[in-house]
Amino acid sequence: MSFVHLAILLPFMMAILVPFLYRYLKRIHTGWLILPVPVLIFVYFLQFLGLKKPLQETIPWVPSLGINFSVVIDGLSMLFALLISGIGALVVLYSIYYLSKKHEDLRSFYIYLLLFMGAMLGVVLSDNLLVLYTFWELTSISSFLLIAYWHKRESSLYGAQKSMIITVFGGLSMLAGFLLLYNMTGTFSVREIIAQADIVTQHELFTAAVIFILLGAFTKSAQFPFYIWLPDAMAAPTPVSAYLHSATMVKAGIYLVARLTPVFAGTAEWFWLVSGFGLITLFWGSFQAVKQTDLKGILAFSTVSQLGLIMSLFGVGSASVLFDSIQDNLYVIATTAAIFHLINHATFKGSLFMVVGIVDHETGTRDIRKLGGLMALMPITFTVALIGAGSMAGLPPFNGFLSKEMFFTGMIRAAELNFFSMETWGLLFPFLAWLASIFTFIYSTILVLRTFTGKLKLSELPKKPHEAPIGMLLSPIILAVLVVLFGFVPNLLSYSIIKPALEAVLPSLLATGDTFKVKIYFWHGFTIELFMTIAVISLGILGYVTVKKWSKIYNVLPKNFTLNHVYNAGIVNIEKGAAMVMNRLMTGSLRQYLTYIFLFFITALGLALILLRPMAIDFINAGNIELFELVLAFVLIGAAITTIVTKSRLTAIISLGTVGYLVSLFFVLFRAPDLALTQLIVETISVALFLLCFRYLPNLQREAFKLNRLLISVGVGVVVTVMAISADATRLLEPISQYYVANTYEEAAGKNMVNVILVDFRGVDTLFEITVLGIAALGIFAMITLRVVRRDKVEGK
Amino acid sequence: MKANNIILQTITKVVVFIIITFSIYLFFAGHYYPGGGFIGGLMTASALVLLLLAYDMETVKRVIPADFKIVTAVGLLIAVITGVGPMLSGLPFLTHAHDYVELPLLGKSGLTTAMLFDLGVYLVVIGITMTIIQTIGESD
Repeated sequence: MSFVHLAILLPFMMAILVPFLYRYLKRIHTGWLILPVPVLIFVYFLQFLGLKKPLQETIPWVPSLGINFSVVIDGLSMLFALLISGIGALVVLYSIYYLSKKHEDLRSFYIYLLLFMGAMLGVVLSDNLLVLYTFWELTSISSFLLIAYWHKRESSLYGAQKSMIITVFGGLSMLAGFLLLYNMTGTFSVREIIAQADIVTQHELFTAAVIFILLGAFTKSAQFPFYIWLPDAMAAPTPVSAYLHSATMVKAGIYLVARLTPVFAGTAEWFWLVSGFGLITLFWGSFQAVKQTDLKGILAFSTVSQLGLIMSLFGVGSASVLFDSIQDNLYVIATTAAIFHLINHATFKGSLFMVVGIVDHETGTRDIRKLGGLMALMPITFTVALIGAGSMAGLPPFNGFLSKEMFFTGMIRAAELNFFSMETWGLLFPFLAWLASIFTFIYSTILVLRTFTGKLKLSELPKKPHEAPIGMLLSPIILAVLVVLFGFVPNLLSYSIIKPALEAVLPSLLATGDTFKVKIYFWHGFTIELFMTIAVISLGILGYVTVKKWSKIYNVLPKNFTLNHVYNAGIVNIEKGAAMVMNRLMTGSLRQYLTYIFLFFITALGLALILLRPMAIDFINAGNIELFELVLAFVLIGAAITTIVTKSRLTAIISLGTVGYLVSLFFVLFRAPDLALTQLIVETISVALFLLCFRYLPNLQREAFKLNRLLISVGVGVVVTVMAISADATRLLEPISQYYVANTYEEAAGKNMVNVILVDFRGVDTLFEITVLGIAALGIFAMITLRVVRRDKVEGK
Repeated sequence: MKANNIILQTITKVVVFIIITFSIYLFFAGHYYPGGGFIGGLMTASALVLLLLAYDMETVKRVIPADFKIVTAVGLLIAVITGVGPMLSGLPFLTHAHDYVELPLLGKSGLTTAMLFDLGVYLVVIGITMTIIQTIGESD
């Protein structure tokens, strides 16, 4: 076990300790005891900055199935591990001040949070797809638990259930995609699959694998149309929203896309699905964010939109694989922008969530219609919010500006592509990106100005607002400082983090000795991107000022024309449909179940007889038919028909007895004296028992004739007859009875072969048959003598 | 109540012995001729049923003071012991041995352990038939 494995397992081990810590160290807020875990992990991963070569460690788990807990640290996983542990540490710090020791169940909170942290580290560090899937589902489960943390609230339960259903749906289809990849390459190791990328892209299962895996990535990363769970997940405590639903878990899908880019990149399916859905999500998320009135709602839709942005950049960036060298390869910039924006988004969105949490905590509401004028009361919070929102809107001098410029560059380049039918659709890319940026600007402005400027409405606020304690402000301040720092000195990141990450995402572009030259410039001249940004800002200001006038367009679509409505109606209808099917099929009527069983019997055996062609109707093995047999057969048929059509029960019993005695006559004819004797006596006893039952039967009306029952019974009869004739006609092997004939006397000292077989050759069968008889007798004895009177009858009397 | 059953009861007294004798014949003949434990047992049971019909439950119980559930258990036990016996000398379960021996009265006869097994079957069949009929007969 290496240190990397320990880093993944440390949160899990700590999660086991939390209940003990909580119980025995009651004076200290449990969060303080948890805080060292993410800090330690963060410090550990810092040593890999500027990583030159990937590092791999393996522990066998299920070696016979090719499942090994193997961990790879390359640029991409290092970036994510730093994000997870770094923001994790800040969130734990923030939660110490956010969650009160008195009123909240801290034990569950930190257990779930640690579980999530470990699972997320496992997702980004695993090289084995099945191990990755295991951790992936663990993130779904721990996220489910965290969303439902306040489990007494209806909205928490609804949000948790919704996110669970959607992400587990995606997770399962992702598993299917992984299995398809295994089918193609014969390995679960990402590294080895990348080495066989040619085989994968040529394979006929390729498209299916892409769709299944992207379903997993899109549901987890809240892409269109699966984003609907994210706004409802805002019912979680704010530290959870900041951590899971902005910085880490929702980026798991993006991680998956980036991780598998070396396998799928360069194909039209991957390019169009990833960038297309990314762009739609980008636009739709930003468009929807403007109409939200809840601060966390705005941030949720903003997250959706920004994730779409990153996703679309990875999609466009995958086109760069089609150009050979990294010299003059204009499309690498898209991937660079994606990675850069990933970091930026984690920083500013984390800080914004924490700010919103502070506002909520200090005023008691998150509704922007009630908020306003908090600037003077909460200056530090306001500053942090301003920095975060500025970065989100893409204003200089923050880091969001840089990545937004690079985003525009990437999209403009994408419009110049001349394959994947981009000649016709290409212009849509920069246009949608630009439009979405305007909306982003508008909601960022709303977020800050509606909350912090304007008139203070003290009467509407549940609490009297004041500045938050320093401990609560510490985490957002650190993140805001990072926003500014990365804004001014972006090259701090470029060689230590972005370059190794690029090498991990686009390894095929590197010839030996080549390296990516990542240099992020603040000022790159009067380019078209700059003019786009200027247009975004001016149109955004115009849009903010006139928002009341044009916000009517949100009412154009009818109320139930939303994806949420589709989801809710879907759930309700599935339940209704299932209940309807069950009520139809499971009526409790034995007669109906027998109908199903016989219908299934007829179709299965009938189809098998017809399709597999074992049907052979000929009478090679048949003996001669004697007159006596014919007479007996006719009488037997007559008795059988009488049993069916008679109106009186007594007649039915007696004609059934007739059938039995006739059968024993047949045994006589076919020379089976033992059978004939036994049949005679058994038939007598069973007729006597029937007569006994007959005395006690209630006087029920005979049911009317029904055609379908006749058809089913005729069908069963025909199928069995055809099967018996075919079986007799196609005798494959000689019967073994010759052995018995030859050896009955020699081996077993008997001349009655039937009896010798019963007691000697196949004595075990007989042993258990007499056991069956014994059990039947005991059962009858118990049923009759130990009659337990049903309780309701006693009470009725 | 059963005042008029003189004829039936008298005939029963004679016939029951014939039936039982026949059933014992069927049982012993089983290995060589049609018959065996199953039919023999049923036949013996039918003799007892005839007794039940001619007399009443109490009388039959007094004449044959047997608990037929125990008869069933004894039969099963005999069958299982016949099976387990050979395992003691290392043979598979239910291996039968046979030999021809000189018996007094009967002369040279074939004896086989399969006969013991059949005896188990015989007792089980008597036991279960009588248990069922007595139980149903006693219930109201």
